[in-house]
Amino acid sequence: MLEHIELFFKSIFIDNMVFAVFLGMCSYLAVSKKVATAVGLGAAVIFVLAVTVPLNWLLDQYLLRDGALVWLGPEYADYNLSFLSFILFIATIATMVQLVEIVVEKFSPALYNSLGIFLPLIAVNCAILGGSLFMQSREIETLGLAFNYGVSSGIGWFLAILAIAAIREKIRYSNVPAPLRGLGITFIITGLMGIGFQSFGGMLTGGDEAPAAVEETTAEKIEENKVIVEVEEEIDEKEISYNDLIIEEE
Amino acid sequence: MALLSKKDTNLILDPLADNNPITIQVLGICSALAITAELQASVVMAISVLFVLGVGNVVISLLRNIIPTKIRIIVQLIVVATLVIIVDQVLKAFAYELSKTLSVFVGLIITNCIIMGRFEAFALGNGPWKAFLDGIGNALGYGIILIIVGFFRELLGSGTLFGFKVFGDPVAKTGLYATGYENNGFMIIPPAALIVVGIIIWVQRSKNRALIEEN
Repeated sequence: MLEHIELFFKSIFIDNMVFAVFLGMCSYLAVSKKVATAVGLGAAVIFVLAVTVPLNWLLDQYLLRDGALVWLGPEYADYNLSFLSFILFIATIATMVQLVEIVVEKFSPALYNSLGIFLPLIAVNCAILGGSLFMQSREIETLGLAFNYGVSSGIGWFLAILAIAAIREKIRYSNVPAPLRGLGITFIITGLMGIGFQSFGGMLTGGDEAPAAVEETTAEKIEENKVIVEVEEEIDEKEISYNDLIIEEE
Repeated sequence: MALLSKKDTNLILDPLADNNPITIQVLGICSALAITAELQASVVMAISVLFVLGVGNVVISLLRNIIPTKIRIIVQLIVVATLVIIVDQVLKAFAYELSKTLSVFVGLIITNCIIMGRFEAFALGNGPWKAFLDGIGNALGYGIILIIVGFFRELLGSGTLFGFKVFGDPVAKTGLYATGYENNGFMIIPPAALIVVGIIIWVQRSKNRALIEEN
């Protein structure tokens, strides 16, 4: 449970999709002129991430990673298909987006009308593919955590686009230097917001990440040394008993 | 130029400045910002995009009369994904350390908006040779911004270029550091990239007033 809460807050604030890794910047800049449209796109991103990340986790776990095919039989244990991840992930995403679009259109026309135009855009939003690729490279362990990661990074993206849209609605009334108007000032504001989000970095560790890590490694090393010593002792004992046996046989 | 007509030259030169994919068309921002803390990573990224966009534009342009409109996005994604897998495997084989630095951002070339944007806007409606020039031009325009941002971030943030110590040794206090100069750690953190790009946009639009937006 604790790891779920930790991952949840970590993906929303510390590893925020927009401010920490710059994913989905294109739609973030293009669709953030009004709060209402920003909310629509943000909701669609949360939804699609929540569906595609767990799905791609299953693909990664049972098809792509080194030795993943072992469930087919022991002779498949040596296969490593991870070079196919890009093409499979993007195919999953494109298909899922299409599928979600059809299902939503059929069962909830109201939701479709508010999300509809954004759904096709999402297939090429880097935040979606980025979610799956980070899920793979950070080696998220269970399906539940993968779902959690999808939802929470979606919420992080939603928060970011909501914030910038609100600021852009207000900034229309400010006197921005002419060459910075529009795109330029949006970049700089996003940069400042990013610096603000950096301060969440100490949230989970209490700000003493580096010393704790050092202590951990030394503790681990001591333990490792102990294990090595123990193993050596065991080996010695075995040798002794073996020698004894030989002597007895003689 | 005998090889290229004037129109063709414009296809390459326009995206370098007045129609730059990053600062004017607002495409392909994600990867431009995330990997520019070092110049070397920026150059490799620029070359990868040059390859993917150049080849991809030609492929899409050749297929443009066969692809059904309804599924063109998926076809485009498959073409890009295949090219990106090639780039990724080559990087892993010949520059393993660098491919670790670029991590998922090589894969994210697939969803780089420049690529899909140029496919949609140009390659679907033009012949292969023109599409190739357009791809090269846009990739160069993207690369230039990447290299400028990478240059300033690495020089001011770490005092190095391609890993060479330009300003002297910060620990031994030689060169510029002897006078009390310090590296600006701010340039290394991700949000600094946004501010550098913002300043580039500012400079560019001050020079060329026609590009200024109406609120």
